[in-house]
Amino acid sequence: MSETVIFVEGLGKRYRVGERERYFALRDVLTRAITAPFQRGRQRRPTDHLWALRDVSFDVRQGEVIGLIGRNGAGKTTLLKILSRITRPTEGFAEMHGRVGSLLEVGTGFHPELTGRENIYLSGAILGMSKREIDQKFDIIVALAEVERFLDTPLKHFSTGMQMRLAFAVAVHLEPEILLVDEVLAVGDLAFQKKCLGKMEGVSKSGRTILFVSHQINQIRRLCKRVLWIDAGQIRQSGPAGEVIAAYEAAMMKSAQENPAAFGAPVFLGWELGEGENILRDGSKQVTLNFTISTQEAVRRGHFGVTIRNDEGVSVGGWGFDDFSLEPGVQQLRFTLPYLPLRPGTYTIICSLFNNGNNLTGGKLLELWNAVPFLAVDTLPLSHQQDAWAGILNIAADFEISAHTRNRKEVRGQAAMIEAESKFDAK
Amino acid sequence: MNRVGAATGTTHLTKFPIVRITPPARWWAIPFGELWEYRELLYFFVWRDIKIRYKQTAIGAAWAVLQPFLTMLVFSLFFGRLAHIPSEGLPYPIFYYSALLPWMYFSAALQNATNTIVENQRLITKVYFPRLALPLSSVLSGLIDFGISFLMFLGIMLYYGMRLTAAALWLPAFIFLAVLTALGVGLWLAALNAIYRDVRYVLPFLVQFWMFASPVAYPSSLVPEKWRWLYDLNPMAGVIDGFRWSLAGHGDPPGRLFFLSAGVVILVLLGGVAYFQKMETTVVDVV
Repeated sequence: MSETVIFVEGLGKRYRVGERERYFALRDVLTRAITAPFQRGRQRRPTDHLWALRDVSFDVRQGEVIGLIGRNGAGKTTLLKILSRITRPTEGFAEMHGRVGSLLEVGTGFHPELTGRENIYLSGAILGMSKREIDQKFDIIVALAEVERFLDTPLKHFSTGMQMRLAFAVAVHLEPEILLVDEVLAVGDLAFQKKCLGKMEGVSKSGRTILFVSHQINQIRRLCKRVLWIDAGQIRQSGPAGEVIAAYEAAMMKSAQENPAAFGAPVFLGWELGEGENILRDGSKQVTLNFTISTQEAVRRGHFGVTIRNDEGVSVGGWGFDDFSLEPGVQQLRFTLPYLPLRPGTYTIICSLFNNGNNLTGGKLLELWNAVPFLAVDTLPLSHQQDAWAGILNIAADFEISAHTRNRKEVRGQAAMIEAESKFDAK
Repeated sequence: MNRVGAATGTTHLTKFPIVRITPPARWWAIPFGELWEYRELLYFFVWRDIKIRYKQTAIGAAWAVLQPFLTMLVFSLFFGRLAHIPSEGLPYPIFYYSALLPWMYFSAALQNATNTIVENQRLITKVYFPRLALPLSSVLSGLIDFGISFLMFLGIMLYYGMRLTAAALWLPAFIFLAVLTALGVGLWLAALNAIYRDVRYVLPFLVQFWMFASPVAYPSSLVPEKWRWLYDLNPMAGVIDGFRWSLAGHGDPPGRLFFLSAGVVILVLLGGVAYFQKMETTVVDVV
């Protein structure tokens, strides 16, 4: 009954180094064409090419939910991009049995000038739904995204949260036989993430196959029975989720602690809150953030900066610590806040480490890190019920009504006095 | 070999279509079947182009009429009244508008098609669809503007007391040729633009130069006979002369010129498709 739906054989993808970042100006090509004859003696160095993926073979049976884990740059996304036909492999082949849907980004195909309604159709069509399918699911999508009242408002007037919800609502209603998902669940507010995870579990139960990349190991643990661990472009281990995840986590810890030299300059290895999580569940009490850093060189007169940004990129707080020393090895940088009253949602933490002073005193930037995973804040919303008025802080407020104690005359008299005093001061 | 998983070979399922993903190879074939499969997406791309074209403009689609109309006035004044370029018996507005109709469609379609890959690079790095759908939809969506400005032309004809003749039945053939020309050249430029951004700066000159190499501002009879063969290689010359003939009865019915144009267009188009598809396999890694 469960047959092979993804069959991958000897798949490899080679990039020319530097190719991904730049586009060519005609001038460069002309320069190369002119100078090439004079460089003929020199062999093209093998380092000109980089195998992002090499000799990868595996297969997936119908109804399986497979997790892909691995460090940044290990090749997970490249593999998804090949399987979703965005880019072509350099060698090997893959066979996909059935309609393939890919979610490599939230809101693929959204256009800011179009209305919510129009974007549902556009994004749905781009993700591979037929018009009839979208017609049928339109109402459920709108209900899930909770945007009924804004259907005819251009998307650019939506809050980020609303855009995310709409994007997800479209995406989770995609019902291909094979679904490829890359990290998209890392954004969006937590309540909504839960909804989506639930929806995805439902999808897998209906016999569809899912290939799922995430940095949030807990999501993988929850959704996937089988896990592929990709390391340096190859499959390092594959098997039952618990087994592979344990091996992966052990290896990560080991390589960080035993061999900090492998990382060269200082590298942030991870972060967590005091309770060993990345989810803030109560912002009204003391909050401790632990950052693990591995360094090979000693840091003197160090500067450690932390900024927290919300999902619109607005910095909601920043802290800097100066004049400390770090010895080579793995260490924890810990700082404690008396409270962190953030609205529920997903936040990015950005940390920097300087040597010999900070950015203004001529220090040298050793490391800048967009912390992974994101900081998820899962507290009760305490501010205004409407997103547009709630702001950034999440603080419970008391409200009461009482009789006015002073009459207007008194107040006016006071104001006149203050004015007179300030004039007097000015003299 | 590092094979993992349960199966050892391919068990072919008959109920699902099989997509085989391989290193790039057959880039010269036009993927008609696939485009047909994605026809709804093509429709949505055209629909998107039309929807957003005049968003946040005060007069909206009226621009589709105003642009050729104002250009026609300027041409009539400067090329006609001041420079006395012969219009061979036609009123200047008719003479210029009948040429500006296909020309403005063509130049807009060409420019839009050229920019499609660059403008949609976020999209093409995140989801698969036949990339040909992008330039194809941008040359098709221009036809709506063309239709609107064509209605304006009928108004001008009415004003001058002219009538459409049976020759107007040829019009779809000329429009089709203009679409294919915009698509053929647009494919080349879109592919080049994805890799060499210089195209963006070359394009305005190219369009302007091409306009003067086409009988927009003057009748093609002004071209010296010994250069005629070269001139006729320009497919837009055939299209524009065709428009003037079928709408205003000016010049000769399509003959050698038209078929020569069509031949050139087909070559350009086939080359464009091949080059575009060759680019398509690498562009995601470059943009």
